[in-house]
Amino acid sequence: MMADRRWRWFHRLGSPPHVYSLAGRLAPWLGWIALILLLAGVVWGLVFAPPDYEQGDGFRIIYVHVPSAWLSLFVYTAMAVACAVGLIWRMKVAFAAAIAMAPLGAMFTFLSLATGSIWGQPMWGTWWAWDPRLTSQLILLFLYLGFIALNRAFPEQQTGDRASALLGVVGVVNVPIIHFSVDWWHSLHQPATIAQFGPPAIDTAMLIPLLITAVGFKLYFLWLLCLQLRSELLYRERRASWVKAEAGKIST
Amino acid sequence: MTPRRKRLFMVLGAVAGVGLALALALQAFQDNVLYYYSPTQVAEGAVPDDDRRFRVGGLVAVGTVERAPGDMTVSFELTDGRENIEVTYSGILPNLFREEQGVIAHGNFGADGRFEADEILAKHDENYMAPEVKDSLHETEWQRQQREESEGQGGYGEEY
Repeated sequence: MMADRRWRWFHRLGSPPHVYSLAGRLAPWLGWIALILLLAGVVWGLVFAPPDYEQGDGFRIIYVHVPSAWLSLFVYTAMAVACAVGLIWRMKVAFAAAIAMAPLGAMFTFLSLATGSIWGQPMWGTWWAWDPRLTSQLILLFLYLGFIALNRAFPEQQTGDRASALLGVVGVVNVPIIHFSVDWWHSLHQPATIAQFGPPAIDTAMLIPLLITAVGFKLYFLWLLCLQLRSELLYRERRASWVKAEAGKIST
Repeated sequence: MTPRRKRLFMVLGAVAGVGLALALALQAFQDNVLYYYSPTQVAEGAVPDDDRRFRVGGLVAVGTVERAPGDMTVSFELTDGRENIEVTYSGILPNLFREEQGVIAHGNFGADGRFEADEILAKHDENYMAPEVKDSLHETEWQRQQREESEGQGGYGEEY
């Protein structure tokens, strides 16, 4: 009985109406805190942080590049976990969460590639190089896009969910490859600055705004996820009575 | 074995299988995905000897950077501590180019035995520092431009 009660919150995550209203209650908090953190981090990073000894002001693109690159990997891992939960426990909400995350992850991956390219042109001297880090990150973008395409490719949503979930789960092997690519091969991309053993190789005055924007980006993602998941659940459950009840609330 | 447990093992098995296959493939390609050669490998003749172009990576040797006055030609020696390669290049250098910086030159050897690069890439390291913190022993391309601009305005060249 104890075990039942302890896991109740988890089992309720399997219920679409419960998750729908939970996401609706969380969304405003996440959105506003994300906005405050992003404003604070960006102003701090762009105006008050010192320039880099080598790159001058050019390094400031780090405040968009690094949070979006971290998120691109975090979102993929979360999506793969959702896919695995959907496959193993046949949980409808998990499949909905995975497809809600995919376009967001693709967006952050694209942002990391684009900002990296803009930085690479003056600093490295090239927009693009077929270097292990850059190539594996590009593959991540294609994995996201392939996931979305496969998910929507079948007339039966359930078939699409299971087929794409397998791709999503298997694609997770790319995540450690991206992370360790800079250590395993000769690479143009620099090794990790913060996610390494020992203290981060970055000035504290530059690091604090970076951590603030990183948390801000993460909350921004969670806010978008709440909105995405709500609309995905409404669409998937459009024939269910709870959706009709929700619709009734709006129209009256 | 319950169907749920069976599905769990199927998912884990698929991830492990693909992971193993990829690890073996990457291991096999290890030598082929080499992004650049070192000057020592060049000296040992590991590079293509026809006129195919290739990349050489190393540090810019101290005191070897020469700029031709009036045009964009620059020459320097690339070193890995054992062998040196003389490189010439004409074009815009990356901002991070400086002595002792890791750079990658793409090109081929010319008739005079010098490496004629058509592209120079600078490798950034993982360190981010404020200028006051880093006692500037090495001047980067960005700092040189800043200094020359400020000197041109009769200004404060000593800032960095």
